Amino acid sequence: MKKISLAVLGMYIGILGSFSQTGKTDSANYKSRKLKLEEVNIVSSYYHQEGEHAAATGGIGSEKLTDIANTIELKLYHYDKKYRKRTLSLEAGIDYYTSASSDKIDPKTISSASASDIRIYPSVNYSIENEQKGTTWGLNASFSKEFDYVSRGAGISFSKLSKDKNRELTLKANAYLDRVSLILPVELRPAGSPRGDDNNYATTARNSYDASVTLSQVMTQKFQLSLMAELAFQKGFLSMPFNRVYFSNNTTGTEALPGSRLKVPIGLRANYFLGDRVILRSYYRYYQDDWGIKAHTISLETTVKLNPFVSLSPFYRYYTQTAIDYFAPYKTNAAASQYHSSDYDLSAFHSGFMGMGVRLAPEKGVFGMKKFSMLELRYGHYNRSNALQSDVVTLNIKLK
Amino acid sequence: MKKMFFYAGGAITIVLASCTTVKPYQKMYLNDAEMELRGRRVEKTETSFHLYREGASGANGGKAGGGCGCN
Repeated sequence: MKKISLAVLGMYIGILGSFSQTGKTDSANYKSRKLKLEEVNIVSSYYHQEGEHAAATGGIGSEKLTDIANTIELKLYHYDKKYRKRTLSLEAGIDYYTSASSDKIDPKTISSASASDIRIYPSVNYSIENEQKGTTWGLNASFSKEFDYVSRGAGISFSKLSKDKNRELTLKANAYLDRVSLILPVELRPAGSPRGDDNNYATTARNSYDASVTLSQVMTQKFQLSLMAELAFQKGFLSMPFNRVYFSNNTTGTEALPGSRLKVPIGLRANYFLGDRVILRSYYRYYQDDWGIKAHTISLETTVKLNPFVSLSPFYRYYTQTAIDYFAPYKTNAAASQYHSSDYDLSAFHSGFMGMGVRLAPEKGVFGMKKFSMLELRYGHYNRSNALQSDVVTLNIKLK
Repeated sequence: MKKMFFYAGGAITIVLASCTTVKPYQKMYLNDAEMELRGRRVEKTETSFHLYREGASGANGGKAGGGCGCN
């Protein structure tokens, strides 16, 4: 009996040994130091909206807008001499959009520059991950340019993973140093101002700074959540120069908003694996700023796995906000007020956004192509209580 | 504003107190690509248009302002 018990014990230890981590040897530690392509992500989307409260025409008029966006991201990595993972992520984006309300900035031109525009936005992220210490340092830089707006951004991030890898704390800070072209509505421009496609408009600064802290925590084998708190501060010219305001005394002016804005959003994300086939993804955010907006966002997405490689994800998002202190509809702002706006994006409203996503990630690759590892298609319909509706379709392709 | 920080602090305390240790080999469900604790790439355009069409922003992995001609 003793022999059998010892044999069983020996087998048990042997099996445990085969699953346990092996000791550090040179070959176990070896990781190729060559630069490798980790993945390529291509995201294409089509967005279309219809509405009747265009800010450029003082809260009345068509908000019809179409935007076609494409981004490509290349993720490269290599291990350095200290076996730290260095990741370089290069992204380039281009948007083409047409906007009915922007065309009203100068309706006398056949097609003003802002009626349709292209926005380009390259960015680069670099990170160093020390797997032994559980730390990751990151740096990022971004650039964005459209006809009337140029942005230069930079940021830093730091993450620390707990020893048991069940908790992660991430700190981030970003700064955007932007320039806004002062394009006034045509009837309000001083004599001799540039018109149409001339690009000699004066510009002014709009700087944004934000810092955030995120705590991610594994709760159980099927449940994890994260808490996010952010502080964002903007300073400079924060109104849109071409947004008209029609005052109650029948005079016309442009939007005027304070020169600074402090925003405090706090978010909670919780994901739960229900059974073996269903994932519940939920998100809640409370937001408050010093212009008077208080907002709540809540969303729930239910992912149903039809099999290990195909899933469907219906979702619903509800949003509600109060208006800024300076908002008033068409012809109700007082001409004597220091700050005023008729931008319905800053009015009180609630909105619903619902749709469905489908994700394919077959073991042998999408359409049997090994490198084509994932395809995701998502459609959503947005309905805002102040007569704005939109539809968005997005396609994400991952190549590995 | 004080209330917000009070609730956030309370939530963090509850989270840290109520979690259990999950071993790496028990993370089959947590490691699923669709369990990621952040907005996915396919949601990128949605996050952008919400930033343009709504007054609130941030705490979702997207921008909290700046970087584009938005709020």
